[in-house]
Amino acid sequence: MADNPQTQSAQPRPLSPFISIYRWPVTMAASITHRVTGVGLALGMILVAWMLIAVATGPNAYETFVSLGGSIIGRLILFGFAWAVVFHFLNGIRHLAWDVGFGFKVPTALAVSSIIYVLSVLGAIALFAWGYHQAGLL
Amino acid sequence: MSIRTPLSRVEGYGSAHSGTQHFWHERTTSVALIPLTAWFVYAAIHTIGLPYEDVFVFLHNPINAIAMLLFVIASAIHMTLGIHVVIEDYVHTEGSKLLLFLANKAFGWTIAVASVYAILRIAL
Repeated sequence: MADNPQTQSAQPRPLSPFISIYRWPVTMAASITHRVTGVGLALGMILVAWMLIAVATGPNAYETFVSLGGSIIGRLILFGFAWAVVFHFLNGIRHLAWDVGFGFKVPTALAVSSIIYVLSVLGAIALFAWGYHQAGLL
Repeated sequence: MSIRTPLSRVEGYGSAHSGTQHFWHERTTSVALIPLTAWFVYAAIHTIGLPYEDVFVFLHNPINAIAMLLFVIASAIHMTLGIHVVIEDYVHTEGSKLLLFLANKAFGWTIAVASVYAILRIAL
């Protein structure tokens, strides 16, 4: 009677080579970044819920939110949030285009991935500049 | 007693037993979130630096309150579906996977209910 292959692993089974040996095409980086920004944005929703609860609670709670958001660490987090929003937004539209069959040619996919990286950084900087302008700091 | 054949009952459902609903809801919420996110970014930046009363008045406006409700609900559904797939892809122990699925659901529902509660308190 054959042994159960599940219990026969005296030696560890070889694993498929994964990210350590493959080239990193920019499309793969963009796909991974899409995931990472997605998880980051989910955590960012804590800030959205916090802001809404602070406004519902009253002026003091809102002041606390605003002063923490305006601190150096708060601004860094908000910049990361802004970049993640723009990246996930643009790359998400690209995923929807893929879903309906557009943009699959390799040169197109590579070019669009690079463009999304550039646009997401520029977009985050533009949003921050707009925010600073709105706050009267620029 | 159904007269459908076993094959007909499982067709389109695959090994996950849920067909394409997960994929489809991820896409429908993503389409909804294109205009809603654009509006949210506008709203977030528009209210920077405003005094508390003005922020309150902004969210008290019915159109803004409805847009914010749609944004947080669509976001909560979209993120819960997305993180579910991330857990499926990287966690292979049944016990931890189940616990993380429950934690993900709890997180999504908490964000949604807390946000909706706050918006309604401001708007009503």
